[in-house]
Amino acid sequence: MGYLFSHPEEVLTLLLQHLRMTGITLVVAIAVAVPISILVTRIRWLSIPIMGTLGILYTIPSLALIIFLVPFFGLNATSVIVAMVLYTQVILVRNLTVGLDGINPAVLEAARGMGMSVWQRWWRVQVPLVLPVFIAGVRIAAVVSIAIATIGAKFNAGGLGKLLFDGIQTNRYDKIVAGSIAVAILAFAVNALLLWLEKRSNPARRLEKQAA
Amino acid sequence: MTIFQTAYQYALDNTDKFTAALQEHLLLVTIPLAIGLLVGLPLGLWSARSKVISAVMINGFNALRVMPSLAVLFLAIPILGLSFWSAVLALTLLVMPPILISTDVAFRTIDPAIREAATGMGMPAADILKQVEVPLALPVVISGIKTATVEVIASATLAAFVGAGGLGAFIVLGFAAYDPAILLVGAIPVAILALIAEVGLSTLQRVTQPPV
Repeated sequence: MGYLFSHPEEVLTLLLQHLRMTGITLVVAIAVAVPISILVTRIRWLSIPIMGTLGILYTIPSLALIIFLVPFFGLNATSVIVAMVLYTQVILVRNLTVGLDGINPAVLEAARGMGMSVWQRWWRVQVPLVLPVFIAGVRIAAVVSIAIATIGAKFNAGGLGKLLFDGIQTNRYDKIVAGSIAVAILAFAVNALLLWLEKRSNPARRLEKQAA
Repeated sequence: MTIFQTAYQYALDNTDKFTAALQEHLLLVTIPLAIGLLVGLPLGLWSARSKVISAVMINGFNALRVMPSLAVLFLAIPILGLSFWSAVLALTLLVMPPILISTDVAFRTIDPAIREAATGMGMPAADILKQVEVPLALPVVISGIKTATVEVIASATLAAFVGAGGLGAFIVLGFAAYDPAILLVGAIPVAILALIAEVGLSTLQRVTQPPV
């Protein structure tokens, strides 16, 4: 624990690298997952091949998945980020499709009856209703990404995992403990933040607040 | 494709090393899994019967799940040193949450009316557990065991970083020699092992599904 306080600059740099990798992954992963999910909810039969493929990708251990990508993207952060994006797809697509399917068709019908356009129905009805389930998916994806980014240090991607691997090479237990604790705190903090957002975004909760 | 051929050739040239690593890897999977089942199944059953135990245990193990597995593995080093057994300790901790949580859910979600019907028919408690509850809970429990197995196969690969051997040893060697082909010698078998576990346990899960 002492190492964290005696080397704040180094730890902060690594933390920022870690957050950067996780952040890029989540942005790209969401940008890919949203159209896939909409496609799957529109064209039913696509669900089996797409979810099957994503499920197989998720079964492959993350370390192995990064290694498979090294011949294509090199021994660097890109391989790690691509692996993280592939890995988080199954979580995001599953949550989004379950969320979209869970919307009562009568609600959409009512929206149409009120004269809402497709665009309005999407932004003002479907998005708010799906948001809590979607954020739950983002939360799990973020936790998984933080874990994989830790391994990324081995692939010259930087991040807090560097403390772990440096520590083991130089027999510095203080670095190992510091790295483990820092990465665990990061995972807990991000998890808690997204859990809070998930609860806040619940439309039922907002209605209750308005009524009160 | 040449890199895959190089990897294959390397594995052929080092068959004895490869079999030893594979055996070690299987031990790193089966020992934690066996301990996890021995402890997790009764604990899960117990927590399904008690709200307090469940709240404490499920929350505790859910928190453990948020922690990156690499951090858990590295945190065991100061306790048991760079050894096979410190990896076993860490992997056992990682195996627990999915087993325990799925067992808890499986027994908790059994319709109380079914249990009542069994009691009404004069079945003793031990028989209700054996002949009614266990068969109903089994598919969900097996799905938890499947998650645990796939995860532990992946995490056991990381165990090589803390000196525990297994197929990850080739990955450590590949990094040290800066040779992507040797990385694949570890990565490919690990991915295959994970896929076999997933398919095998999914089949078992389907077979144990009670007829409706």
